[in-house]
Amino acid sequence: MSLLTPPRITGSSVRAGDRNFRFVTTGAGLTVLGVLAAIAAFLVWQSLPALQNNTGNVVTNQLWLPDADPPQWGIAVLIFGTLWTSIIAMAIAVPIGIGTALFITFYAPRRVARTLGFIVDLLAAVPSIIFGLWGLYYFMPEIVPAAQWLSTYLGWIPIFSNDLDLYTKSILIAGFVLAMMILPTVSAISREVFWQVPKGHIEASLALGATRWEMIRMAVLPFSRPGMISAAMLGLGRALGETIAVALILSAVFDINWQITEPGGNSIAANIALKWGEAAGNGRSALIATGMVLFFITLVVNMTARWVVNRRKEFSGAD
Amino acid sequence: MALRSDIHAPIAAGEDPLRLTGRRLPRWAPIAALAVGLLVGLAVQVTGVTIIGLAPVIVAVLVFLIVYTGWTLAVEGRRHAGDRLATALMYSAATLALVPLVWILVTVVINGLTVLSPQFLFADTMRNVNPRAAGGGVAHAVLGTVQQVGIATLISVPIGLLTAIYLSEYGRGKLARSINFFVDVMTGIPSIVAGMFIYTFWILTLGFPQSGFAAGLALTILMVPVVVRSAEEMLRIVPNELREGALALGIPKYRVILKVVLPTAISGIITGVMLAIARVTGETAPLLLTTFLAQDVNWNAFDGSQASLPTFIWDQIARGTQSSLDRAWAGALTLILIVVAFYATARILAARYAPKER
Repeated sequence: MSLLTPPRITGSSVRAGDRNFRFVTTGAGLTVLGVLAAIAAFLVWQSLPALQNNTGNVVTNQLWLPDADPPQWGIAVLIFGTLWTSIIAMAIAVPIGIGTALFITFYAPRRVARTLGFIVDLLAAVPSIIFGLWGLYYFMPEIVPAAQWLSTYLGWIPIFSNDLDLYTKSILIAGFVLAMMILPTVSAISREVFWQVPKGHIEASLALGATRWEMIRMAVLPFSRPGMISAAMLGLGRALGETIAVALILSAVFDINWQITEPGGNSIAANIALKWGEAAGNGRSALIATGMVLFFITLVVNMTARWVVNRRKEFSGAD
Repeated sequence: MALRSDIHAPIAAGEDPLRLTGRRLPRWAPIAALAVGLLVGLAVQVTGVTIIGLAPVIVAVLVFLIVYTGWTLAVEGRRHAGDRLATALMYSAATLALVPLVWILVTVVINGLTVLSPQFLFADTMRNVNPRAAGGGVAHAVLGTVQQVGIATLISVPIGLLTAIYLSEYGRGKLARSINFFVDVMTGIPSIVAGMFIYTFWILTLGFPQSGFAAGLALTILMVPVVVRSAEEMLRIVPNELREGALALGIPKYRVILKVVLPTAISGIITGVMLAIARVTGETAPLLLTTFLAQDVNWNAFDGSQASLPTFIWDQIARGTQSSLDRAWAGALTLILIVVAFYATARILAARYAPKER
């Protein structure tokens, strides 16, 4: 028996309580993955019936008659409407959102910046049904004269032309309202990205005599370009899936129409909300099929955007 | 060193070509330019030459931008003109971003107050109320919203909190990274897709009836990622010294998390939960697919359609009469008040219990 023998450590090295707790938390994390997988699986499974008995071409058909006999429907009109409204919304929200983010990060005094940031974030908390209600009864009357002006003076540009001489419930108005709804997303993510710009770059360019705008153009914007792109894409994801405001504002005409000042337009999500109540079995299955398409589109958009943001985070410590 | 003519404004006749600083606009220049813009805008307003709805405002802004930039270009040169123009544009963008919120809030409050009353809020329902007639109320919808959001909170807080603990305390490697990534992706799921999933899973496949509980499940899917993100952020700012100190005393890790880390972060976590509740309270689309509309009180969240504030507003807008529209606005005001109450509570909690800087 040597005195130098180390004492034997007794018991298991992991306590039961530790093991169980770790197990439970990991399980909770896995449910998140499970739910995402389940969403994809169930939407695909439940849309199969309508996809199988569809006599039209799912991609190109421009009718929506899933409850007719034989059923005939296609998603072209809905995809077009979804993308077109979202593009209009992006064209308005991205410049204003990035401008606001730049103002908050580089121009405003700290107190003002904080309040302004809070107010813009608060816009995200306004329920979409209220956006729709307000858009329909207060915003639309204000925009109609502007739409009239656009089609009168810029009508030679095809998208502004107006053959019906009606200006309400148009894609333009839906685009404006969508823009307000995605503004907080674009602005918040851009702000986060601008914060990550190394202080050294900013100070260096100012010290070399750059004006503030030159500093932003030469030090901030190049550094944050990927982040700004993903901010725009996250806004796009929001706009693509927005349902109620679009359903209330557009007049839900089922055809492809580029003219943004005319009444009309449609989107996948709005179409689901409007048709769900009256749809029979096959109709619901067809709606689920469109929902599945929406899910995968937003999934791809969000994954790309997040991937870019996360990649940025890893080497943003460079200072 | 003389000023470079390609950067600075050309040197005037009587000026010293060897001076070191460029000419600057006076400090009151932006205000003066803005005043000119406003005057022109006012003139447009008075003469009534309105081309488009907001013509005076647009004209005022344009005139301001042109005067201000042009003036700078003449006095300070091209670089400074660009700088001033960018500054002016950013101020405009920030002002523009404020407009919708203020406009919406004012509209909702003014229109909502016409029929809002305690009777409307807590006693009356839409049972046997003719769409054309005045009267009726949101009592059934408030009950539904409270139950559905309550269910969503009860389910999503444990899942979200445990996931956040996993991510901040245990998660290393591939699995943690992918969970982290997909939580972010999940925040972007369209709300109608969440409702559709619960419809296909809970109602079609498992055969349960439309119910407030199904709506609660749909809201859960929207709420979990928000709770995870905010809770994880709060757990991450708990100082490592606290964890190390407790672990060094021989306390098991799970007890360190439960007794040291969580209590330290709890106020921030509650704030995050409040914000998440405020987010999902206004969701309409998933409720339309999972519980649809109801005109009367339904206490049982597990069976049958249940009303809620957002679907109440949707229904009243669809009816399209003046009195139903009044009810829609009052419902909207109720909804806004609930959301603002949660937001305000969250802000107050966050301000009161924020970790103090040493």
